[in-house]
Amino acid sequence: MQYLSQLIFVIVLVVAIYFFINKIKTIRRNIFFGRDQELFDNKTQRWKNMLRVALGQSKMVVRPVAGFFHIVIYVGFVLINIEVLEILIDGVFGTHRVLSFLGPIYNLAIGFFEILAALVFLACIIFLTRRFITRIPRFHSAEMKGWATADATYILIIEMILMAALLKMNAVDQLLQSRSADHYVVAGSFPISQYLTVLFTGFDTSILVIFERVFWWFHILGILFFLNYVPYSKHLHIFLAFPNTWYARLKPAGEFDNMPEITNEVNLMLDPSKADPTMPPPEKFGVNDVTDLNWTSILGAYSCTECGRCTSSCPANITGKKLSPRKIMMDTRDRAEELGKAKDKNGKEFHDGKSLHDYISQEELLACTTCNACVEACPININPLEIIYQMRQYQTLEKSAMPNEWALMNSNIENNQAPWQFSPSDRANWTKEI
Amino acid sequence: MNERIHVPTAAELLAKGEKADILFWVGCAGSFDERAQKITKAFVKILHNVGLNYAILGTEESCTGDPAKRAGNEFLFQMQAMANIATLNAYEITKIVTTCPHCFNTIKNEYPSLGGKYEVIHHTQLLQELIDEGKLTFGADPFKGKKITYHDSCYLGRANGIYDAPRRILEAMDAELVEMKRCRKNGLCCGAGGAQMFKDAEKGNKEINIERTEEAIETGASIISANCPFCTTMIGDGIKHANKEGAVEVLDLAELVARAKDL
Repeated sequence: MQYLSQLIFVIVLVVAIYFFINKIKTIRRNIFFGRDQELFDNKTQRWKNMLRVALGQSKMVVRPVAGFFHIVIYVGFVLINIEVLEILIDGVFGTHRVLSFLGPIYNLAIGFFEILAALVFLACIIFLTRRFITRIPRFHSAEMKGWATADATYILIIEMILMAALLKMNAVDQLLQSRSADHYVVAGSFPISQYLTVLFTGFDTSILVIFERVFWWFHILGILFFLNYVPYSKHLHIFLAFPNTWYARLKPAGEFDNMPEITNEVNLMLDPSKADPTMPPPEKFGVNDVTDLNWTSILGAYSCTECGRCTSSCPANITGKKLSPRKIMMDTRDRAEELGKAKDKNGKEFHDGKSLHDYISQEELLACTTCNACVEACPININPLEIIYQMRQYQTLEKSAMPNEWALMNSNIENNQAPWQFSPSDRANWTKEI
Repeated sequence: MNERIHVPTAAELLAKGEKADILFWVGCAGSFDERAQKITKAFVKILHNVGLNYAILGTEESCTGDPAKRAGNEFLFQMQAMANIATLNAYEITKIVTTCPHCFNTIKNEYPSLGGKYEVIHHTQLLQELIDEGKLTFGADPFKGKKITYHDSCYLGRANGIYDAPRRILEAMDAELVEMKRCRKNGLCCGAGGAQMFKDAEKGNKEINIERTEEAIETGASIISANCPFCTTMIGDGIKHANKEGAVEVLDLAELVARAKDL
């Protein structure tokens, strides 16, 4: 029986990890649909950004309430997972609380984990309250209908269930310890679950053993399920926040990259000596599909946890325009997933003929003031503006799709050296009035 | 002060075998737009007053290409940029000051990779430097106790991280700076950036400049200070919309400095 349980544990573990790695590989492939970028400059600054923004949560606390409770869940998640290490060893080798030989340190750790678990549980309740009772507006924008809200709710509930299982497991365990049940070494301290033991005192020891095993299995199966849920969910940010902050732009936010293929074309016209005649004429300007994006934009899309801080600080969105930077990221991920699935089905070279413009309308793109508020607001340095801007380039350069006023502005710049229809020779007229 | 000021051009100085220490890039709004011209003139008066050796390009100046670039027309942007860089390099310009954060951002950040490498500063930075160096001084408490709020433009603030220089100018003039709820990194756009100035807003339930102006009015300030000709226009329009003309003024920091010095 003991060996059977170990065997089942190992099989479940291997299967769970196999599926997880497979899905991560697919996501990695989808991210690299994007265009290559050289991003290994200034490594010191990149490590600093990752440590400060992702590990240190520096941008989360800009909004203190959400920031505080997020740190509770985050610290809880990371530290409680140390206990998962023990669960894995116990599961494989059929031991029980294998790390308890650490004595007082072990007891302290278990006690600390219990307090964290209770705090995580509380934080989840607060987050559900903010989402559904006080109804913070950014959680109820148009793009949050359906799966997006369901996903957020599932995650909070799964976390609560996992924490509850951990605490109940400990409650039963300490009863078994007190009854000197075989196999249950006296170990740990239980500042929280000691209050839960009343739920179980009425049961026989043999029943309690079953309870303990059920909670133990529930906890570990829950974690393995969660591991495999995360890559399908917005919750992927728990892993991708780290690479995303590492690879985030270091240039001033106001600097929009110059397109080198256009520099070559302009040089061919103005100063052929500077141009590279061997450079092939560009196939396409701007972004039509996810394959035209920088791969870091797709990484950003998979990293987005849909918190909506970008959207709630976007001047266009605040004033009722259709643009929502969060939706830009969600659309980008959905499109990368769609293209990925089409390629899985029809082969690597296949393209389904659809584009990111099928998801994001011209009206949304045109509403952007390029103010960088969304970029600033993102707690993990995602850049929706880069996608919006590059899609705008495609509309303008490839489709000549732009408002008439912009066409007029462009022709004024071209002919009058100013966006308005003034004569260039009048440019310095103001000097005569001073 | 009724003395006429002569604004030298780079070409004129070159003809005399001279060179300016700093080029004042006026920008399209500053050159043509009636409201923005007032900012340009105020700034030139200050330059003149402190005796800086400056020049403008005059009719040789051309749009930086910023609005074309933000509207997605990279081709037109680079054409403009290359032409401007050729002019600037011909005059061996090394330092540029602009009264427009859009020109500032474009020349500072987007010209270098196209061959235009200059030290570029925004006029609020220059004014702050002049104050720090003691070259720009004010009489007794020009704005003492006057409530002034300050609007961070996106392209000076978030885009380039300049938040303090403009505020230090206000401090130097003894104004009582009252911040809006959304300020500094969280400052709200006026609605003009990204070439929005040159088109109608997309469909929505409010104009962005109205939203921003309401926030500025809420501070109770009698002056809304700004650092950008487009913000000045947008918020100025917001003030008209709110029927607050006369009660609340929208002024660029250069205009405030010129007023404090009675220029």
